[in-house]
Amino acid sequence: MLAGTTATGAAATEAEGRASGPFPTARARRRYRLVVAGLVAVAALIALGLLAWDNPMPLGSDGFWRIAELRITSLVVMAVVAVAQGVATVAFQTAAGNRILTPSILGFEALYVAVQTSAVYFLGAAGISAVQGVPQFLLQVALMMGLATALFGWLLRGRRGSVHVMLLVGIVIGGGLGSVSAFMQRLLTPSEFDVLSARLFGSVANADAAYLPFAVPLVALGAVVLWLRSRRLDALALGRDVATGLGVDHRRETMLVLLLVSLLIAVSTALVGPMVFLGFLVATLAYQLSGTYDHRRILPVAALLGFVVLGGASFVMRHVFSAEGVVSIIIELVGGTVFLLVLLRKGRL
Amino acid sequence: MIQLQDVRKDYGDEVSIGPVDLAIPRGGITALVGPNGAGKSTLLTMVGRLLGLDGGTISIGGHDVARTPSKALAKVVSVLRQENHFVTRLTVRQLVGFGRFPHSKGRLTVDDEARISEAIDFLDLGALEGRYLDELSGGQRQRAYVAMVLAQETDYVLLDEPLNNLDMRHSVQMMQHLRRAAEELDRTIVVVLHDINFAGRYADRICAVKDGRVVEFGTPAEILRDDVLSAVFETPVRVIEGPDGPLAVYY
Amino acid sequence: MTTTAPTARPPRGRLLDPRLAIGVAIVLALLAASLMTGVYDVVGAADGAEMFAITRIPRTVALVLAGAAMAMSGLVMQLLTQNRFVEPTTTGTTEWAGLGLMLVMIAVPTAGILPRMLGAIVAAFVGTMLFFLLLRRISLRSSLVVPIVGIMLGAVVSAVTTFIALQTDMLQSLGVWFAGSFTSVLRGQYEPLWIVAVVAVAIFLVADRFTIAGLGEEVATNVGLDHRKVVLLGAGLVAVATGVVTVVVGNLPFLGLVVPNVVSMLRGDDLRSNLPWVCLVGIGVVTACDLLGRTIIAPFEVPVSLILGVLGAIGFVLLILRQRRRG
Repeated sequence: MLAGTTATGAAATEAEGRASGPFPTARARRRYRLVVAGLVAVAALIALGLLAWDNPMPLGSDGFWRIAELRITSLVVMAVVAVAQGVATVAFQTAAGNRILTPSILGFEALYVAVQTSAVYFLGAAGISAVQGVPQFLLQVALMMGLATALFGWLLRGRRGSVHVMLLVGIVIGGGLGSVSAFMQRLLTPSEFDVLSARLFGSVANADAAYLPFAVPLVALGAVVLWLRSRRLDALALGRDVATGLGVDHRRETMLVLLLVSLLIAVSTALVGPMVFLGFLVATLAYQLSGTYDHRRILPVAALLGFVVLGGASFVMRHVFSAEGVVSIIIELVGGTVFLLVLLRKGRL
Repeated sequence: MIQLQDVRKDYGDEVSIGPVDLAIPRGGITALVGPNGAGKSTLLTMVGRLLGLDGGTISIGGHDVARTPSKALAKVVSVLRQENHFVTRLTVRQLVGFGRFPHSKGRLTVDDEARISEAIDFLDLGALEGRYLDELSGGQRQRAYVAMVLAQETDYVLLDEPLNNLDMRHSVQMMQHLRRAAEELDRTIVVVLHDINFAGRYADRICAVKDGRVVEFGTPAEILRDDVLSAVFETPVRVIEGPDGPLAVYY
Repeated sequence: MTTTAPTARPPRGRLLDPRLAIGVAIVLALLAASLMTGVYDVVGAADGAEMFAITRIPRTVALVLAGAAMAMSGLVMQLLTQNRFVEPTTTGTTEWAGLGLMLVMIAVPTAGILPRMLGAIVAAFVGTMLFFLLLRRISLRSSLVVPIVGIMLGAVVSAVTTFIALQTDMLQSLGVWFAGSFTSVLRGQYEPLWIVAVVAVAIFLVADRFTIAGLGEEVATNVGLDHRKVVLLGAGLVAVATGVVTVVVGNLPFLGLVVPNVVSMLRGDDLRSNLPWVCLVGIGVVTACDLLGRTIIAPFEVPVSLILGVLGAIGFVLLILRQRRRG
């Protein structure tokens, strides 16, 4: 049986006249297609479920669509976050040459928490609405991008530029910001703190439909440009020396990838709040499921998986456990556990 | 021709490379030898533009390494260092396919596929081409990387200690492959070697590096001499006549 | 015999040298300033002496103990991992201690300080061992990846803590516990902190073994040292120090990282003669930060963790950049 399948695989390779391609065997290619088809089907089911489940109106009626419309916003938000986090994490891990890192640790979430906390600290419970609105949203995105660009420009330039140094400095600056936020949070009244704490965890409910006309194109832009550069990402994954030997301008390419990554993560964070391990979870699963090095094939799988994870968790939490508020925390816990497992299983970093 | 003029690299006050002036002619194998820390690998990586210069110029086949765009250089010179962290889920054939990146930017044509097959067969990797890199032994992986570099089809090939971690049999095979690449494919190969006898047997020219400078450059017959080697390696070396030419004895 | 006292060795830095006396004098001056700083007039008021004994002395003693213990814990972890960027806050140890503390608070809301400390210590020990286990199983290409992984590990643990806190409505109190502050250190509450004095002494006695263990299991076995035992001992000492300090005082971020590095920058890497300095500078830094926190917005206080968090982050970044310059 086993010998039979191996022979078929080898014969298929032979028949194609020793082609290279992203998959070593025809079986791997079929498996990839099945995975994508399966993910698309599950994603569609989840989308339908989120729209139709518990919808008191009969499917297809006017009333049904009126209720569904209200839910579409959160569906779009999930899609935006899924694409942003999935694509950004895969690209980031390639640029950093390390599959256990996530771009969220660059200090984005610390900056976000600091902005939200200082709003409540200085303006009271009403302050939270002061950081809501389209200009404020764009300002936050710009602030995070500014921080990221400053970090890259400072630590990736020059002869001694190093992704690891840049990352660690980003984390530590985030930690410093975190201390300031923690101090301000201590001084809030419990009711102010309650208002704030809702904003401190990633939640689809944090997003305002008014942000979407800006968030969707920005994320689409980042994701598409990264996808178009897939072949260079493939080369980057071989490491600095090999990539340079193949004629890729390693530093320039890394900078560009990281800038696009920070755009995606900044939009996602400003939209729904911090999600540290969603991207990690999705990227790790995407490598396993796609079974190829080819970024043109990994990136879509990561985006789809992001939607399945985020949508699936929302659906289960809302309709099975009636605890929608903890969706992101559950994802964080699962992602964190996977992070630990990967650390323990992997031989090298 | 590879031309180095007044090439310098500074590491703090104590260690520095150069100034080096060197002209490596087109064709054949040139071996860089010398004691540990002499700067052989540094020189090689500077020629391969993996490391910037602090002074001087390097040109390969008329292209100034510092000024020529990296993309264009990738069609003239290929370079391989000793340690390469490998990607999982990458097969030998897919890795060798990356050698075509400078030409096809990742979109492999029928012609590319033929050249990939050629490079794989050239290094006897045909049976392994569907295997993943993490399933290979160190020697096999090394050969796969060399196949990638050959698939790049550049006139100049730079290899940093390709015999590192290889046993006797695989070392000999690797040098024979390189010899054939130089003769049959007309490549100019520059290689850092630890074993002076491998250099003497397979190289056309030997360049001895010591304390960041080129101290000797010549044919194996000119370099494999008691006085020259003893001075370069600062240890007594005797050269005796072996069955296939001179052998350095230094135990 | 496992104790090795080689006789023919190049002379090491002397344990006592005159500069140490100057350092001690400076720290004593800081401590005196700490004793005299505060809203209450301890000299003029009728019950001044009693207030002095209830608040000022405990606070100052706590500064000495916590500062020394955390600085030395950082040093022990750096020795065991042979990595300059490792300390309780960059390995998740602090987060584990917090998790343990909170679990005890939930299980037994009325728990006294001893059970709480025990919970924190046990969890910190588990966390530290987990981190060492990870390091042993993983071959790292860059020394900078170690703290990155450690901080991410800490983030996982604190996500768990946050989740539980959210479920039990303790989120804001969580912030209060973990923010290191010496404000609430009073007579009758801080005494368990004396445990860390024992830890500090123990570190003095076995420091050389940590150095050997840090060179790897093979090297340690070769010189007749039980590697596992030394690592367990090290993790245990760090866990006790971190656990006790977290419960009594709170989080003192980056102290264990910045202090040993600054000392070895100024004095070279000889561990034996650096130890008293690490201790002293740790005390000095915590006391100075506490004084700063008490005076900048007096009569209110800024918790020392905020000042350490900001200053320590700056120090950490400078260290990373320094390492980068060296290549």
